[in-house]
Amino acid sequence: MSALKIKKGATSHSAYNLRPTFSDVIERHTLAVLVENEPGVLARVIGLFSGRGYNIDSLTVAEVDHTGHLSRITIVTSGTPQVIEQIKAQLGRIVSVHDVHDLTVEGASVERELAMFKVTGTGDKRVEALRLADIFRASVVDSTLESFIFEITGAPDKIDAFADLMRPLGLTDVARTGVAALSRGE
Amino acid sequence: MTRQMSGAKMIVQALIDQGVDTVFGYPGGAVLPIYDEIHQQNAIRHILVRHEQGAVHAAEGYARSTGKPGVVIVTSGPGATNAVTGLTDALMDSIPIIVLTGQVPTFMIGSDAFQEADTVGITRPCTKHNWLVKETDALSGVLHEAFHVATQGRPGPVLVDIPKDVQFATGTYNAPKPSVSHYQPKVKGDMEEITELVAAMEKAKKPVFYTGGGVINSGPAASQLLRELVKATGFPITSTLMGLGCYPASGENWLGMLGMHGLYQANMAMHDCDLLINIGARFDDRITGRIDAFSPKSTKAHIDIDPSSINKVIKTDIPIVGDVGHVLEDILKVWKSRGRKTNAEALSKWWAQIEEWKAIDCLKFKQTGKTIKPQHALVRLEELTRKHDRYICTEVGQHQMWAAQYLGFEDPNRWMTSGGLGTMGYGFPASIGVQMAHPDALVINVAGEASWLMNMQEMGTAVQYRLPVKQFILNNERLGMVRQWQELLHGERYSQSWSEALPDFVKLAEAFGAKGILCSDPADLDDAIMEMITHDGPVIFDCLVEKHENCFPMIPSGKAHNEMLLGEAQTQGVIDSKGSVLV
Repeated sequence: MSALKIKKGATSHSAYNLRPTFSDVIERHTLAVLVENEPGVLARVIGLFSGRGYNIDSLTVAEVDHTGHLSRITIVTSGTPQVIEQIKAQLGRIVSVHDVHDLTVEGASVERELAMFKVTGTGDKRVEALRLADIFRASVVDSTLESFIFEITGAPDKIDAFADLMRPLGLTDVARTGVAALSRGE
Repeated sequence: MTRQMSGAKMIVQALIDQGVDTVFGYPGGAVLPIYDEIHQQNAIRHILVRHEQGAVHAAEGYARSTGKPGVVIVTSGPGATNAVTGLTDALMDSIPIIVLTGQVPTFMIGSDAFQEADTVGITRPCTKHNWLVKETDALSGVLHEAFHVATQGRPGPVLVDIPKDVQFATGTYNAPKPSVSHYQPKVKGDMEEITELVAAMEKAKKPVFYTGGGVINSGPAASQLLRELVKATGFPITSTLMGLGCYPASGENWLGMLGMHGLYQANMAMHDCDLLINIGARFDDRITGRIDAFSPKSTKAHIDIDPSSINKVIKTDIPIVGDVGHVLEDILKVWKSRGRKTNAEALSKWWAQIEEWKAIDCLKFKQTGKTIKPQHALVRLEELTRKHDRYICTEVGQHQMWAAQYLGFEDPNRWMTSGGLGTMGYGFPASIGVQMAHPDALVINVAGEASWLMNMQEMGTAVQYRLPVKQFILNNERLGMVRQWQELLHGERYSQSWSEALPDFVKLAEAFGAKGILCSDPADLDDAIMEMITHDGPVIFDCLVEKHENCFPMIPSGKAHNEMLLGEAQTQGVIDSKGSVLV
């Protein structure tokens, strides 16, 4: 029997890379997942994403129904349409998950994120930072003679834009909450 | 009904109320209160295994052969971590298992206490669901919910981690109620999609049923409905490794198993069909081979209780989410009400084609000379045992594939094998679980010597409980499947794939107080098998077989169904480097 000529490094490929996907287009989806607020539930959701190799672009979680002990997890993820479908089906399979909504396909939705920016500097840069913050409707929540902390709420791209502007003006620290989202209308 | 009792007593009470008659386990510090309660009752039989992995596989064998959930009790720390392989195995093969683990007392959790492990953390990805119970009052509710989750929807393993102080404390016990759980998977299929499938069946020229473990998990009624549907339509049927027995091997429409080591006619039918009806299977990579060349001309219908199985691997044209039994019932109803139509003319042509494929006789082999061929050993085993009330377990490897090819299964729940995870060491403890559930049946574990040694300590269990399990070891002194792949893919460099220091299996049996039989001559084989069957007690049957036999047919990795290898002559240069990275 002949020995097979295996190319160098051939075994370094994952078998899964050889699988054809149904569509190559990477889509960004915002999922709202209603879960029972019990110990370990977040680990189940995150473990699903890491265990199966899915992306998490942003994740927020908080209890939204204190009497029913239900938490809402908002996940922004990206992948091919087939992967997005799998993510939703796999989330739905978790016993503690009550409901999975894909806000990206289920009609219009509103997405908001809260961020805080620490900008340090003096002179013109400091004045410019304050002026831009005003344009972006960011508010000052802390101030020293050499720094500001701005608080800004908005869609993620607005916060990205604000961060880009603050960077040359002495941006030293950013804290972002991740996306919270709700579908529009009733 | 509510009553006050200790947590430990609640556990035993919940098991009784859930109809459990047998548990498999191993005591330890963190479960002593539970074992104290087990000692004081007679309703539940406890089987002391010799290793926690054995307990889980035994429970799997029990579950798979009865359709009831298997129950395991192990201690904290190493007890729990030893159960992980079994849990993963049960998750992959959708076997309902309830594992109860002891845990260090709640006030010591997180302190790196003796025999402490983060059991719910470790087992989160390898259970369908798990719980850590921190209050005795919550215990009975969680235990009943555990049975509900393990058995409803796609079955699977669950784990309940119970700290020792929760077992000692007194609390309120609640009897099981009709489920209050929010977990209520959908069992009825969508009628619109079912009608669409029936319409496709009426027109199909080259249909094939591709069935899997979901039919078995749905219960015996699903197998009956499947048989009715196959008979009524006259469609050919194949099955995955996990589905063997859902349709009888002696049935007229049976093509045999499909997949990597499946039968030629089954794989060719899958490749050439125009309507593929997947019933309770999951397009596993051992089945599909090369995805982009998988059944290229067919409309694909997929019946599965787990929505995540749909479109996971293969794009489905007609998805039906529901329990196989319910959906089959509806398919039959709709098909009958629409006048029982099939495309008879096309079907007879399709069958003529299938008969041509069958004529190739892909399982043909020649038993010559003084060495037993493993295939021959299984043909003789089949011949001499098929009339018995028989259950077959296997380990993992070449012998497993040969068993699937050469043994015939007439009924569901008669075949216990580790399909998804491929766990060497599964079969022996599984056979113990099967024998516990069916004390008078003939339970045979078809094994390879390497797999069998992985859980050989369970000989102690078999002997202690006088379980007459027959360990039919096809001994080639090799890790046969590894050796086969090294031959085909790695230039015949047999790295670490043979055993140089095997035990004398006859003496090993005798050391445990069991019977050992050695057979190396084909002329002695029948008598030796009969001696094994008639012996009333556990037997290790050491069958010395051809050392370099390869398992065929074989779809090489990265190849399509119609690129099967039928024998050694055809294997020259057929697996390319792309295929060699797949396992």
